[in-house]
Amino acid sequence: MRNIIAIPLLGLAVILQSSVVSQIKLLSGYADLPLLLLAAWALQERVNSAWHWAVTACLMIGFASGMPWFVLAAGYLGVVFAARVLQRRVWQAPLLAMFSVVFLGTLFMHLLSFSVLRLFGTPFRFDDVAWLITLPSLLLNMLFSIPIYAFMRDLARWVYPEEERE
Amino acid sequence: MGGILALALGGFFGSASRQFGASLIELQTWFSTRYRGFQDFVTAPRDIVSLRARNAELEAQVSQLQAQLIELQQRVNETEILAALVDFSRSNPESTYKAASVIGRDPSPFLHYIIINRGSNDDIRRGMPVVTNQGLVGRIDAVIADAARVQLITDPASAVNVYLQNADTSAVLFGSVTGDVSLDMISQNVVVDPGDVILTSGLGGGFPADLIIGQVVTVRTLEFELFQQATVQPAVDFSRLEIVLVITNFRPVDISPLEPTPSP
Repeated sequence: MRNIIAIPLLGLAVILQSSVVSQIKLLSGYADLPLLLLAAWALQERVNSAWHWAVTACLMIGFASGMPWFVLAAGYLGVVFAARVLQRRVWQAPLLAMFSVVFLGTLFMHLLSFSVLRLFGTPFRFDDVAWLITLPSLLLNMLFSIPIYAFMRDLARWVYPEEERE
Repeated sequence: MGGILALALGGFFGSASRQFGASLIELQTWFSTRYRGFQDFVTAPRDIVSLRARNAELEAQVSQLQAQLIELQQRVNETEILAALVDFSRSNPESTYKAASVIGRDPSPFLHYIIINRGSNDDIRRGMPVVTNQGLVGRIDAVIADAARVQLITDPASAVNVYLQNADTSAVLFGSVTGDVSLDMISQNVVVDPGDVILTSGLGGGFPADLIIGQVVTVRTLEFELFQQATVQPAVDFSRLEIVLVITNFRPVDISPLEPTPSP
């Protein structure tokens, strides 16, 4: 039942991503709100629904985006995987873990998008994509990662109350 | 007593009575001022409370009016856009149009797509061209019941066959990562000048002919290359798309079966 919160929250994130965040551009890049939500959620202790969230996010974004669905699936599941691995290793410094996951996740997602679209015939140049899309998006994702992490930590505390943890 | 009265009537008490009168007036003034101060002190808090209430009421009214003003400005903008679109559709009666609002953009920065609020319920089909009164916007890429996704001509994967009106030649318009558009495949034999108008050529069957795209800004001609290239200023401002028109009576032609395939 707790997983149900993923539907309105990720739905809102996709709507915001499509209507607001995609307008806040730095060069040609912009932040990836669903990726940040997934990374922050997967880094929370005791949260065991991160994989479900990743699948829900893939379905929702796949519905709105022209990006092939398997790029989104591999990208978001990869982010959750990285977050779960890092959460066990860097549990004492959650913000450091968040930054690491967002950094790696953004690079992975963009590399995957670039490779697949290139394979499908879009004439991208690697240096254009790197300088105009990936680096600005990385910077914006890093900037947004602190408030998103704080929001998701509070949400995790609300969804998994303290007494149930003990 | 009679003597005093006589002295007074004789004017001998003039200065004394003036001083007395002045002292009385000063005393009166002092009392009056103090009383007014006291009255203000007693009544002022009541006034402040009523003034604050009135102020809050007026502030609420101002914010309500500001909201109304913003809404009306939005309506005026929308009306202006719609009026321009109606003019455009009247001046191009050969096509039938369906107006749609832009409700979003693609979540991925790699793709230049917009999402509109018309879909298959409004007879929108894949491949239909999308325009504004300024020129070509793109074409429908995917459709669901109440929405559709439009691939803009600025998308890096977009290629449009175009016609340069002044140079009387064909070329291909490509999008890019940055959202800029450029021309390629311009023959080396033709002279292209900045300011030349670019229209769709209709070749390939993807778009109807003679839709305005923009103007040539700069031309790059290198002798050792097969074709000339040019940068283009699009007629449409893609960052401020609000309402677009879908040309619903145009059916794109799929010419892929006619394209030659390499023989084994």
